[in-house]
Amino acid sequence: MPDTATAGGFLPVLAIVLPVAGVLLSLALGGRQAERVALALMPIGLAVAVAIAVGVWRTHNVLQYLVGSWDPPLGVAFRADGLSAAMLVATALLVCGIGLFARDQFSSPERLEARAPFVFWTLLLAVWGALNAVFVGGDLFNLYVALELLTFAAVPLVSLDGRAETMAAALRYLLFALFGSILYLLGAVLFYGAYGTLDIVLLSGRIRAEPTAWAAISLMTAGLLAKAALYPFHLWLPPAHAGAPAAASAILSGLVVKAPFFLVIRLWFDIMPRMPQPAAAQVLGVLGAAAIVVGSIVALRQARLKLLIAYSTVAQIGYLFLVFPLAVKPETGHPWGTFAWTGGVLQALSHAFAKAAMFMAAGLIAEALGHDRIAGLAGIGRALPITVFAFGLGGLSLMGLPPSGGFSAKAMLLAAVAEGQWWWAVIVLIGGLLAGGYVFLVLVKTLADPIEPLRLSTTIPPSRQAVVVALALCALLLGFVPLRPSELLQIGRPDIALAGFR
Amino acid sequence: MSGATVYGLCSAALVGLGLFGLIVHPEPLRKILAFNLIGGGVFLLFGVVARKGAAAGFGGDPVPQALVITGLVVAFAATALAVGLLLRLSQEADVQPRSRMDSQP
Repeated sequence: MPDTATAGGFLPVLAIVLPVAGVLLSLALGGRQAERVALALMPIGLAVAVAIAVGVWRTHNVLQYLVGSWDPPLGVAFRADGLSAAMLVATALLVCGIGLFARDQFSSPERLEARAPFVFWTLLLAVWGALNAVFVGGDLFNLYVALELLTFAAVPLVSLDGRAETMAAALRYLLFALFGSILYLLGAVLFYGAYGTLDIVLLSGRIRAEPTAWAAISLMTAGLLAKAALYPFHLWLPPAHAGAPAAASAILSGLVVKAPFFLVIRLWFDIMPRMPQPAAAQVLGVLGAAAIVVGSIVALRQARLKLLIAYSTVAQIGYLFLVFPLAVKPETGHPWGTFAWTGGVLQALSHAFAKAAMFMAAGLIAEALGHDRIAGLAGIGRALPITVFAFGLGGLSLMGLPPSGGFSAKAMLLAAVAEGQWWWAVIVLIGGLLAGGYVFLVLVKTLADPIEPLRLSTTIPPSRQAVVVALALCALLLGFVPLRPSELLQIGRPDIALAGFR
Repeated sequence: MSGATVYGLCSAALVGLGLFGLIVHPEPLRKILAFNLIGGGVFLLFGVVARKGAAAGFGGDPVPQALVITGLVVAFAATALAVGLLLRLSQEADVQPRSRMDSQP
């Protein structure tokens, strides 16, 4: 890992600065320009994310930028490694898709200033900037600020329609998120007190197995779990994600809950790779398993489509935490070289695309019908075939049927199970069956013949349906990555652990 | 017992009180206040850390002090957002029956 700034190190900074500049520009120019600013920045941001991925791949090293040329521990570093690059590209693709999808829903009226479109476009850029800051942050305190920015941008998106229910959901989300981030900050200050640095790379070299480190890691992990809505902290998620407009639900469910998961991965595998804790990892795995089972069963019992999809997010987040018992094994060496680690990251990426496509499809169905009651979906499969097709493609990934990113992710988790701990395989299979249950429950209804002819309240333009299919296809294409530990994702994993193990 | 230890214990007590309030009280305003209490404890701990880092003859480690300023701004913004949401919610709830926070699933 380089000690100084690298060539191309400005790119990770640009990934943060661009969306933030867009937010400021929107605020300065006023309501009607916000949409134009956001749409103009999206291709540039995507190009920056791809440039980071190409740069990381070609140099086989981390892109690093030191703010003001001050070295850590005093300075703050931004680092883009292989894992960050994958998350950055996925985020940029998803944000572009959401932008194209939301153009009709949140188009700014010609003359008057409308509040909802302005807030939506500004906050979409703010969420993007905050996510990028989480993915390239190299300093635990900087990451705290990035997490808080993410919360502040995501919470108002929930209550965009201003109804009392969605505002109550937003407030509950905010309180859970604040609880999580203050625990994270408490852990960070304990780290600083014990080791005199908050830089992830320096910390991984200085950390020792002692009570302070355990307290800090436990507090930070607990806080991040509350933000990631892992069972039993999931109560805030379904009303918040189901109440938001479809375009906002897509990014909230697809990516915003992945940011805290990403940081748990950083904590467990980048900061303390030399001191694996199999017992604590088992606890995370059990919580993940409970999330899969409870989330899927509650999803099966939902009467509204968006709530069903939101509970399915609770279940799919559970899979992410099965990584910990399967990858934290003292005897195997690098945890990031295991099938489980790669499978977990792939699950995060493919769920992001699949869930975004499903929320958008649900949004289109709700717009066309005027409601999203599952019992009243009969005939919509004939009226909006492309949308229902995209919903089914997303469902394929959730169930883990080939070819889909979800299949590859779950296949890799199962391959990791084959090395021991067979009981997690039972959970993965039960989760897949239950996901099949709730996806088919919806698909069967949409394909049924309606009792009386269906009257659509609006017509849905094909371009919006095409965006939804494109995102669902991204989830499908992730199913074609080779089923082995990915080379890209391993770029920039700490060398310290390498020396310690082999 | 040194001054740093006393302040450290105070900060632990504040965090504990805040956590208790956050979990026990159902009213959102109390939860927001409890969050600020935890925040106060954490920021006090930053001060303790700054003092303890000063063992090598310096008057104090400036980094935690810089972090506290940022942390205060973030906590203030969070409180403002939460109170703003709560105010809007109570305006809406005046039209409809109260205590919808408790009736959420």
